[in-house]
Amino acid sequence: MTVITGKINEIIKPENLVYAKSPLLNDVSMHYCPGCSHGVVHRLIAEVIDEMGIQEQTIGVSPVGCAVFAYNYIDIDWQEAAHGRAPAVATGIKRVMPEKYVFSYQGDGDLAAIGTAETFHAVNRGENIVMIFINNAIYGMTGGQMAPTTLVGQVTSTTPNGRNVDLNGYPLRITELIAQLPGAAFVTRQSVQTPAAVRKTKKAIRKAFEIQAQKKGTSFVEVVSTCSSGWKLSPVASNKWMEENMFPQYPLGDLKDTGRADPDLYKVKG
Amino acid sequence: MGELRLMKGNEVIAEAAIRCGCDGYFGYPITPQSEVMETLMTLRPWETTGMVVLQAESEIASIHMVYGAAGAGKRVMTSSSSPGISLMAEGISYIAGSELPCVIVNVQRGGPGLGTIQPSQADYNQATKGGGHGDYSLLVLAPASVQEMHDFVILGFELAFKFRNPVMILADGVIGQLMEKVELIDQRPRWTNEQILEISGNWATIGKPSSRKKHVITSLEMDSNMMENNNLRLQAKYTQMKDEEVRYEAIACEDADYIVVAFGSAARICQKTVQIARKKGIKVGLIRPITLFPFPEKIIAEYAAKVKGFLSVEFNAGQMVNDIRLAVNGVTKVEYFGRMGGIVPTPDEVEDALEQRFLIGDL
Amino acid sequence: MAKVRGAVVVDNEECKGCNLCVVACPTLTLALNRNVNNKGYHYSYMENPENCTGCSNCSTVCPDSCITVYRVKVEQ
Repeated sequence: MTVITGKINEIIKPENLVYAKSPLLNDVSMHYCPGCSHGVVHRLIAEVIDEMGIQEQTIGVSPVGCAVFAYNYIDIDWQEAAHGRAPAVATGIKRVMPEKYVFSYQGDGDLAAIGTAETFHAVNRGENIVMIFINNAIYGMTGGQMAPTTLVGQVTSTTPNGRNVDLNGYPLRITELIAQLPGAAFVTRQSVQTPAAVRKTKKAIRKAFEIQAQKKGTSFVEVVSTCSSGWKLSPVASNKWMEENMFPQYPLGDLKDTGRADPDLYKVKG
Repeated sequence: MGELRLMKGNEVIAEAAIRCGCDGYFGYPITPQSEVMETLMTLRPWETTGMVVLQAESEIASIHMVYGAAGAGKRVMTSSSSPGISLMAEGISYIAGSELPCVIVNVQRGGPGLGTIQPSQADYNQATKGGGHGDYSLLVLAPASVQEMHDFVILGFELAFKFRNPVMILADGVIGQLMEKVELIDQRPRWTNEQILEISGNWATIGKPSSRKKHVITSLEMDSNMMENNNLRLQAKYTQMKDEEVRYEAIACEDADYIVVAFGSAARICQKTVQIARKKGIKVGLIRPITLFPFPEKIIAEYAAKVKGFLSVEFNAGQMVNDIRLAVNGVTKVEYFGRMGGIVPTPDEVEDALEQRFLIGDL
Repeated sequence: MAKVRGAVVVDNEECKGCNLCVVACPTLTLALNRNVNNKGYHYSYMENPENCTGCSNCSTVCPDSCITVYRVKVEQ
């Protein structure tokens, strides 16, 4: 619509709306801390489900960790899994309802520590599910303890002098390992700290859901994220810290985009 | 009359699951129950009834796959043996807490730890007292024959959906490996989506239409008052089980001076013990609890006033004996006899133990 | 010549004052309010509403989905 004066009350009209909260986001405040990446990723998932028109066909699996209450925010059916078991729960749902869209949503402790086995084997089976992985290098929910993805030297409540490799081992680049699995169809690492990054992440999530419809294997979307409470930085400073410290260790981009492997490559000869 | 076959207890679990219209089996191999999944994989029910069979990467994954599929309102099950059931304890607690129906088969072996692959009943406490964290109960069925292995799969699903509660079939290595004649039910269809909607449409996560609120399968509740209410709802369910679902078999108890209480394969041995004792002129009866939870405490309490003593015979260090003592409440003597480590006692051994405990003083 | 003008509406009570929208705004439209909402957060608001082009950068990075964006062409 074209107006003459451009006064605020002429602009704020339904016909001029360019962005509003997704109708699939429930009318409740998210419990996340200010600036938390979870809120953005939740919104992107809601928008993708809404835009694909698959609300009635989608079941989400929430983890144990900060995102345990994800089921309060996106208006679809949900199951809340035990710590680390979301990929197994998602497998159970998908196997008995293969026509539905199923996704798991997990943090670094859930997916890359306690649930490593479930994560690997779900992907290795090429389960036709979407796995969303929030990596903020810390345990947020329990108060800022070391995660498998915590960087060397990073201070957490259980590494008060910084993560020490001799004591705590190395940061786990689980997404690189996931990309090696023949069952993985699409593996990508994204972030949500800038408008451009958010748009790329949304595209990746949309693609992951589309691959599920095509039954090409597991789609795995890591989102390198911030935890300003855990990192003890402001949200803006957290984004800067993430860019400077996380991105070199967890470089962004697609790691695999080929669909699951040809089974014949793995077949016995006789 | 249904089809008659000579089958192993473990095999019949698989056959009964397919025939009763089970939607999915998720498991992990462990002796002495691996034949359950092997039989399913051989029968390939996904090509006939559409039943899903999946070998998971662990018992932990199996039980959480059951959680997911049960949350979709499907009839799903798993099976394992003692160490595997310990691994499942987490998932079973979540399933009970989230009030999901499913059937879990435990073909027990000796413990603790890796223990032995020989038969045992040492998971009685684990099965009947919850096994995982939190206040919850499984409905526990104890088969004593291959026929009951068959029948309890069907009954198990009925009870699981009646109460929205996990049902455990607590078998042991003897029943799992034993071959007997069994009458199989005719093939029943799996539930259609419409039936699932009718039966579980008010809670199952099958995709949210705009006409209803979202369904959430969870055991989490941060509000203490609400969480206590959740617990009270569970407890009310267990009380209802105690009122409606107690099952037992009483053999030769009417004139008995002594009653042997035994479940599963131990009860088969004790049936012979009853005959041996009676030939000797000792009036012995047998109570075989079929449901271990709810425990047949009323019938035991009734006989407590009439008999001189109860002997609990178990393949463990004495677990069910405590439930008998609670039911008897000091009215008469309650003794225990059992073997451990995978040893199955003979009927004579049990009869001897009965005489030792109750009759030596009388002579 | 037509010029693009925009405006945003921030749900003051949902805003947690994380400041990410302020940083993401390319036209210096947004700032955190000196006042606080009922949760105690300095909520985001249009300090310079005349600058807004309705680009949606703010709503794109907002973790709490509390920004609604409008956009219009203005004849000059």
